[in-house]
Amino acid sequence: MTALALRLKRSGHIPVLAAAGCTVVLLLVGSMYSQNFLSADYLLLQLQIASFLGIIATGAMLVILLGGIDLSVPWLVTVGGVMSAAAAGWWGATGEAVAIPFGIACGALLGAVNGFGVAYLRVPSMIFTLGINAVAQGLIVVQTGGFAPQDRSTPAMHLIATGRSLLGIPNALLVWAVVGGATLFLLHRTTLGRSIYAVGNRERAAYLSGVDTRRVVLMCFVIAGACSAAAGVLLTGYSTKAYQAMGDAYLLPAIAAVVLGGTNILGGRGSYLGTVVGVILITLLQSILSVMQIPEMGRQIIYGIVIITMLLVYGRGRRHSD
Amino acid sequence: MEPILELIDISKRYGGVRALERARFACAPGRIHALLGENGAGKSTLIKIMSGVVQPDEGRIVLEGRERRFAHPQDAVSAGIACIFQELSLMPDLSVADNICITNPPRKYGLIDRKEQRRIAEAALARAGAEDIHPLAPVGSLSLSRRQMVEIAKALSRNPKILILDEATSALTAADVQRVYTLLKRLRDEGMAIVYISHRMNEIAELADDCSVFRNGQHVATFAAGTQSDAQTVEMMIGRDIEHAFPPKPPVQSGLDAKAPALEARGLSWQGRLHDIDLTARPGEIVGLGGLDGQGQREFFLALFGVLRGVGGELKLEGRPVQLHSPKQAKRDDIGIALVPEDRKTDGLMLPMSVLDNLSFAALDRLSRAGIVASGAELRAAQDMVKRLSIKAPDLSVPVGTLSGGNQQKVVIAKWLMNAPRIILLNDPTRGIDVGTKQEIYALLRRLAEDGAAVLLYSTDYAELIGCCDRVAVFFDGRIVRWLAGDELTERALVASALNLTTTEAAAA
Amino acid sequence: MNDDWKFHLREHKGAYAAAAMFVVIFALYILNHQAGWTAPVITTAANKGVLLAIVAMAQTLPVLTAGIDLSVGMVFVLANCVASHLVVGTPLQAAFGVVAVLAVGALCGWINGAIIVYGRLQPIITTLATGTVYYGISLGLRPVPGGDVHAGLADALTGSLPGGIPAMGVVLVGVVLLVWVPYRRSVSGRAALAIGSSEAAAYMSGVNIGRTKLIAYTLAGLLAAIGGLLLTFVTYSGEASSTIGGVYTLNSIAAVVIGGTSLAGGAGTAIGSVFGALVLRTIGDLLFVFDLEPLWQPLFQGFILLAAVSLGSLQLLKVSNRLDLFK
Repeated sequence: MTALALRLKRSGHIPVLAAAGCTVVLLLVGSMYSQNFLSADYLLLQLQIASFLGIIATGAMLVILLGGIDLSVPWLVTVGGVMSAAAAGWWGATGEAVAIPFGIACGALLGAVNGFGVAYLRVPSMIFTLGINAVAQGLIVVQTGGFAPQDRSTPAMHLIATGRSLLGIPNALLVWAVVGGATLFLLHRTTLGRSIYAVGNRERAAYLSGVDTRRVVLMCFVIAGACSAAAGVLLTGYSTKAYQAMGDAYLLPAIAAVVLGGTNILGGRGSYLGTVVGVILITLLQSILSVMQIPEMGRQIIYGIVIITMLLVYGRGRRHSD
Repeated sequence: MEPILELIDISKRYGGVRALERARFACAPGRIHALLGENGAGKSTLIKIMSGVVQPDEGRIVLEGRERRFAHPQDAVSAGIACIFQELSLMPDLSVADNICITNPPRKYGLIDRKEQRRIAEAALARAGAEDIHPLAPVGSLSLSRRQMVEIAKALSRNPKILILDEATSALTAADVQRVYTLLKRLRDEGMAIVYISHRMNEIAELADDCSVFRNGQHVATFAAGTQSDAQTVEMMIGRDIEHAFPPKPPVQSGLDAKAPALEARGLSWQGRLHDIDLTARPGEIVGLGGLDGQGQREFFLALFGVLRGVGGELKLEGRPVQLHSPKQAKRDDIGIALVPEDRKTDGLMLPMSVLDNLSFAALDRLSRAGIVASGAELRAAQDMVKRLSIKAPDLSVPVGTLSGGNQQKVVIAKWLMNAPRIILLNDPTRGIDVGTKQEIYALLRRLAEDGAAVLLYSTDYAELIGCCDRVAVFFDGRIVRWLAGDELTERALVASALNLTTTEAAAA
Repeated sequence: MNDDWKFHLREHKGAYAAAAMFVVIFALYILNHQAGWTAPVITTAANKGVLLAIVAMAQTLPVLTAGIDLSVGMVFVLANCVASHLVVGTPLQAAFGVVAVLAVGALCGWINGAIIVYGRLQPIITTLATGTVYYGISLGLRPVPGGDVHAGLADALTGSLPGGIPAMGVVLVGVVLLVWVPYRRSVSGRAALAIGSSEAAAYMSGVNIGRTKLIAYTLAGLLAAIGGLLLTFVTYSGEASSTIGGVYTLNSIAAVVIGGTSLAGGAGTAIGSVFGALVLRTIGDLLFVFDLEPLWQPLFQGFILLAAVSLGSLQLLKVSNRLDLFK
């Protein structure tokens, strides 16, 4: 058996298949409510919207694989959006050109602080990223209140977020595909990817095997920060405006998507394909709930119940006596 | 004598693996019954079924003439069966008293009566011979040996009729081992039935009244202790004849001093736990670290592997002075050190990951280019190692946690051999491993030495130190108090040095 | 016998540190406040601080079992909405209302526990999902802020007693003495710590894991509901705000950590979390009193939160066996 086959056999495909099955069910349910739910146009639109969540979920997954969690997603998304729009306003033409990388770099920088706190100061990720989230919020408040920067997106951002160039495929989807492809490669074919799984399983053993586990953790948080910010940039492009609290609605769905895709919340196990399916699943769920025109109250309740139900179907842990 | 506990036709499967197949066992009150067998023979599963941790698929348990089912560990405890496991059942953050009285504590007005609980704990500790342990101390702050004594006290506090010990002495200091032997004999004389698993033949010889041998999940034989020789017993356990336990040692070579030492430590100190260690190891040598548990041997290995900070003294590798900061640096090709840690489950392996992933993990840099893993080379190297060390695994893709203890340890060693290390540190590598695999490992160590590596072996098993090592450095209180080699390397000398007595004092003792 | 207090100190040093921190910060606040040590000032501080303190107590219980409850904020909000409907009218009706609110909270907690124990799902994702459900129900009860509460009860509990002692403070002490202390000394409370310390060892020792976790999460829901009830007395209305719910959840986690309880479970006390919550609340007030520009306050609060939770890591930096850094 080749090495690749061996690796695939162990990647735990059952949750991925189950999530895919649920996706099909959702598509069928949606088509019962609206004729054009299964139309190519609508599905492409769904994938476009899913791309934003997908990019965030990519970063979230890496951190969860390590056995941690990134609660700074909400405000790092906002940082990405606000800073990229601001750059365009500050630096004129060059600003417009560097807006996107600048926004992402701000997210990566805060992600690096996250990584430093978790890997080197050994503060639990839940609480440190919570703190960074608060700091990021503080920074944005000062920034927008004190300096009133531009909050309009650049044409480039708008184009990437909403345009369709290649065969009518949304640009945003292409961006997600590139990010996803790179992540897939990272996790399956590189030493860093292997180390991520090892650290998530048992950091102590990984350290004693001669791996710089702290650097691995730091890199994952940097990538997660960059992903969150990148999504913020795209969201700003999509709505042509950056605004505070634009990231609040993405934290829970991102974590839910990762977990529904079969990644173990405790770390060490999970496949990126599962996360992709999980993202699509969550996006479809949210779309169906709005197509069915259920009031906000109903949407929240159904959302939560559906997640729990799906997890009960295929995400359960083992009994003690096993 | 009427048996107090009988297990009849017990079968248990884990997935496709048959852990027990129509196994039979019976123990009588007032007798110490030893359970013997290789790892994977089914002893641990049998014990877990006896103590209610695991349910049998088939078969009956008969306690004092009545058929019973233990759905939960607590059922077995209430029925009078107390078990002391290899993996301790202690909660590190809780105090000794809390741990001892964790279930069914004394109560006052519905809440826990702390004073009474403390009294019970003190009594249990005294019964176990460990009065010096403070009942309010958090268990996590105690040494492994003391924790094991607390575990024993906890089992005794339930006044069991049947006491089961699974490798209970493997973590104990020599002094505590003696206390436990005395305790067990006294309990036996008081009428308790004791079931005892151990891989140490000398323990069996000292303690057991009856012996039962298991192989491949089945009961092979039961006999009174002393009626079978060690060799016959081992043959029953592994089903084949074994000649010598240890590979022959090369004669002391005169040219040995001419070779540059692979490792030279001078005045190595750390934090009050290591004082002024001078140790040299030459390529081709197996150097042993002896002495009681916890005298600095582990810390010495960690210092050599770059894990400790603030290490004083000098370290030279092949004549070059080095400062080690991390395992990552220590395993580099130009330094070439490997450490096989003592706890394979938490320090040596990532249990849920595949055998392949674990094997290649320490050598990924060698098996990859620019950060990308070369899967073909990785697979070939792994298959190579499996063959070389005879690792028994159904497939390279299964989680390494499903392998037996002996094979898991082989994976840990193989993982490091992939780097072709020149200095190999092994921290009690054969603890809790069956006889057959132990021998394979001894032979492997000698082969590695012959191929030019310097091997340092820390072991708590005197027979192993004497059988494997060319020289032994005995540690006491963070110092090397004695070097033993050749004819001097005897069990008596090891014991005496370990207690820091001179031989004349030991002779008088 | 002499050593006993040493063990007690070592076990609770986090809580004592948090208490000391609170005393210092509160003293600073009072000294710099225009009105100083007067009944209104202390009562206002108590009315805000006690709410978070009780939610922090709620969060402590699941954390001790090495779990987490990300729905406490939403149960808090839900209880507030229910109270704004039911804790009205005659004293008898209001009393029933109070019981109903507490029952709702306990039920929410029990549902969390049941899914975690019988469904064998992880606490993070379970409570994240149930949180949205509880929020949805709150929205159903109070689509827009409104409602009312029994004025007499509200006034009494948000006012001050003779001597300047805030009534809320008495309520807090009451909750600690009637809920936390008996729980901590009960078999179930100790079992919770056992599970957090080592679930495998606890199972092998015969601890009833399922029942212990159920009780811990149910009590957490109950405590969160007490907090929500008290919120109603402070605001005189019910509001289904996901922002408030989110803030209380996340701040409760911060309070637990500042109070010396480890997120990994096994050690800690709700009393520490109470002081952690009071520290958090007072810092916000302190920044206000120091006349810090409102614009800069969120940033400062964020920094202080970060610093407070990183404090515990300082001792790790002196570690000389690097293996101790990894669990």
